[in-house]
Amino acid sequence: MLARAVTHALVGLEARRVEVEAHLQGSLPAFTIVGLADRACQEAKERVRSGVRSAECQWPEGRITVNLAPAALRKEGAGFDLPIALAVLAASGQIPRAELERHAVHGELALDGRVRPVAGVFAVAEGAKRARLPRIICAAQTAPEAALAGIHPVPVWHLAEAVAYLRGELEPEPIPPRNGVAPVAGPDLADVHGQERARRALEIAAAGRHNLLLGGPPGTGKTMLARRLPGLLPQLDESASLEVTRIHSVAGILRIEHPLVTTPPFRAPHHTASAAAIVGGGRGPRPGEASLAHHGVLLLDELPEFVRPALEALRQPLEDGVISVARAEGTALYPASFQLVGTMNLCPCGARGDPAVACTCSSQRLAAYGNKLSRALLDRFDLVVVVPRPRAAELAAGESEASAAVRLRVAAARSRLAEHTPARDEKADALLTRAVEQLPLSGRGRARVARVAATIAALSGGDAVESAHVAEAISYRAPKELKGQ
Amino acid sequence: MNELALAAFAAEHGIHPRTEARTARFAAFSMRFDARGYLGALERQGLRWLARSDRAFPPLLREISDSPSGLFLRGDAPPELLARPAVAIVGARACSGYGAQVARMLGRELAAAGLVVVSGLARGIDGEAHRGALEAAGATVAVLGCGVDRDYPAAHAELAGRIAATGLVVSEYAPRVEPAPWRFPARNRIVAGLAQATVVVEARERSGALITADFALEEGREVYACPGEITSALSAGTNALLRLGATPLTSSADVLELFGLEAAVEVEVDLDAPARAILQRLDGPTSADELVRASGLDAGVAAAALSELELAGLVATSDGVYRRTGR
Repeated sequence: MLARAVTHALVGLEARRVEVEAHLQGSLPAFTIVGLADRACQEAKERVRSGVRSAECQWPEGRITVNLAPAALRKEGAGFDLPIALAVLAASGQIPRAELERHAVHGELALDGRVRPVAGVFAVAEGAKRARLPRIICAAQTAPEAALAGIHPVPVWHLAEAVAYLRGELEPEPIPPRNGVAPVAGPDLADVHGQERARRALEIAAAGRHNLLLGGPPGTGKTMLARRLPGLLPQLDESASLEVTRIHSVAGILRIEHPLVTTPPFRAPHHTASAAAIVGGGRGPRPGEASLAHHGVLLLDELPEFVRPALEALRQPLEDGVISVARAEGTALYPASFQLVGTMNLCPCGARGDPAVACTCSSQRLAAYGNKLSRALLDRFDLVVVVPRPRAAELAAGESEASAAVRLRVAAARSRLAEHTPARDEKADALLTRAVEQLPLSGRGRARVARVAATIAALSGGDAVESAHVAEAISYRAPKELKGQ
Repeated sequence: MNELALAAFAAEHGIHPRTEARTARFAAFSMRFDARGYLGALERQGLRWLARSDRAFPPLLREISDSPSGLFLRGDAPPELLARPAVAIVGARACSGYGAQVARMLGRELAAAGLVVVSGLARGIDGEAHRGALEAAGATVAVLGCGVDRDYPAAHAELAGRIAATGLVVSEYAPRVEPAPWRFPARNRIVAGLAQATVVVEARERSGALITADFALEEGREVYACPGEITSALSAGTNALLRLGATPLTSSADVLELFGLEAAVEVEVDLDAPARAILQRLDGPTSADELVRASGLDAGVAAAALSELELAGLVATSDGVYRRTGR
């Protein structure tokens, strides 16, 4: 007796159809799972067995073989528990087989038969939708997430509920979709006193999606400023929102209350993070912090403290907006078009740039510190600002402009930039040429200044890039002390 | 030719080339030494040899007590460059932003007035002094503490190339001689020896730059020291020099006076209103934020004005603060 349930396995962000076949034979009792299942998947046996009993169904006697097809695809995780349980029940005739085959199934089982939510439901639901399956049976908590894929979810709390539903005895209550929830308020720029230059740089970075590097002695507010960038960014549009939701779903970090991610994500991995943690990887690769920051902000606090492979691995996504993680089993592509914000001290001891303390670093240590960041990575930062230590008078000052006001200007500049990139007028061109000769500015440096100048022009509301815009852009180039000179 | 043999002998045995070598080992060496072949090999590398007995050898350097037997030269400039009025600018490798700016400003202004800027190609003050002179399209000489063909420190290879293009890179050490700690004090005597005056920009309490100043004092040359904050470790050496009677350096005019030279006329630049407003308020090191508040300008406008001033050479920035370069 054979029955089949359909589910999906994730390869990167892509859902691949997996058929869960269960076969019963009258012989000595046994339960085997074949089809390249990993540990968590093999352990499904125990959960399924006690789950079925808890659902007051009968555990079939004899030999049960479960095959996860295609056999060559590696299957990971606990999402196969529910499809295995239902396939076994269908094979033993306890639920109608034809009915089961018309559903996608995804979920983990508790020993008492409850259905637990698992990561990646959104991607699985998308796969089911593409496979033209009309409904997906999943944990009730993840039903709103599945609904985002445009498929009809069947929310179940318990295996018994799924069984009753498939028998046609029960129609589970639909879970109302919970999208478009107002964004949670992040830290506000109004808390930052003084720091006019850095605030301006944040605004330009937000408007032009430029990568930003904040340098300066410790305690001057670099991290505080960096954390306020996401609050200046406009909401995600629909397609971006779905892309981010897919990645966050696979990583299992979606919020159950409002699964659709509409605000630009903000990720700030600790500086001990490995290269795999940042760009993604592991067996059956998982998205890294860079992908989780897709369409949002990736903050690397204390940039030079990160291990060099992790920093160098960021060069590909910074260039192409995607990360390809190659493993023996295949290559997974993760979108990773993020805005990079870095903070760093000016020297290893941190005193440089602080008038109150003397720097004790030797010239060798200084040079080694500068060399930690490759020129190639430093070149990716369009805006570099050295944040000086604020005076006591600034710290005592009243409130400054709030994020909401800046966000309006940023949104206006974004829509202007989307229409057309402002071109440089004659004087602006002349100034840029002069800067290239005099400073000197490399080819890449020139392109950076031109990009930033276009954003500044858009922020000012003009149609053309004027020489003042180029001049301002020049002031945000990387100072020589960060280049190890 | 005996001088060249001595330099080659010293390179081969890793010793300091002394003026007299009367050992049997040296006698044997100079017997089989092929001076013509050696000079030919030098020429193929684009290097030259300037013996002390040569008429073009700088007279000031010939005067010093431990004058080198000759100099290896890299660069296209004639050896007479070394005999021109010169000033040495030396200081700490790990210098502050202030020190770097002073060194660059002095290098630029002294070279623009026609002096040759001599220094040691080291990181920090030395490199900035060379860069300043190059900025002014002036002449500059780098004295190495290793073989003249080597670029040490490696980070200054490009700078050495630019110096050799218009000035000279010189060393008493034959090509391929490795840098060694004991060679640098010896190098410093040549730096001081080539110049009528030595300027110490920033120096810690026990800095190599002070050795240069000592050599200069011994030879009766003028020594200038840039005053620094008394609490700064980087100025401990220079402030100690001042206490011992070195001349305080308050502007490049102090040095030019010694040579009877006038400062090169600064070209007046047209500045727009925001740039003028910023320049007016720039008095000592100031952060961009303070300038924004003092001038009442928008942060963006102030940033543009600062860039403009920087391009005009009136303002320099380091570690997030801006300073006027001239006065």
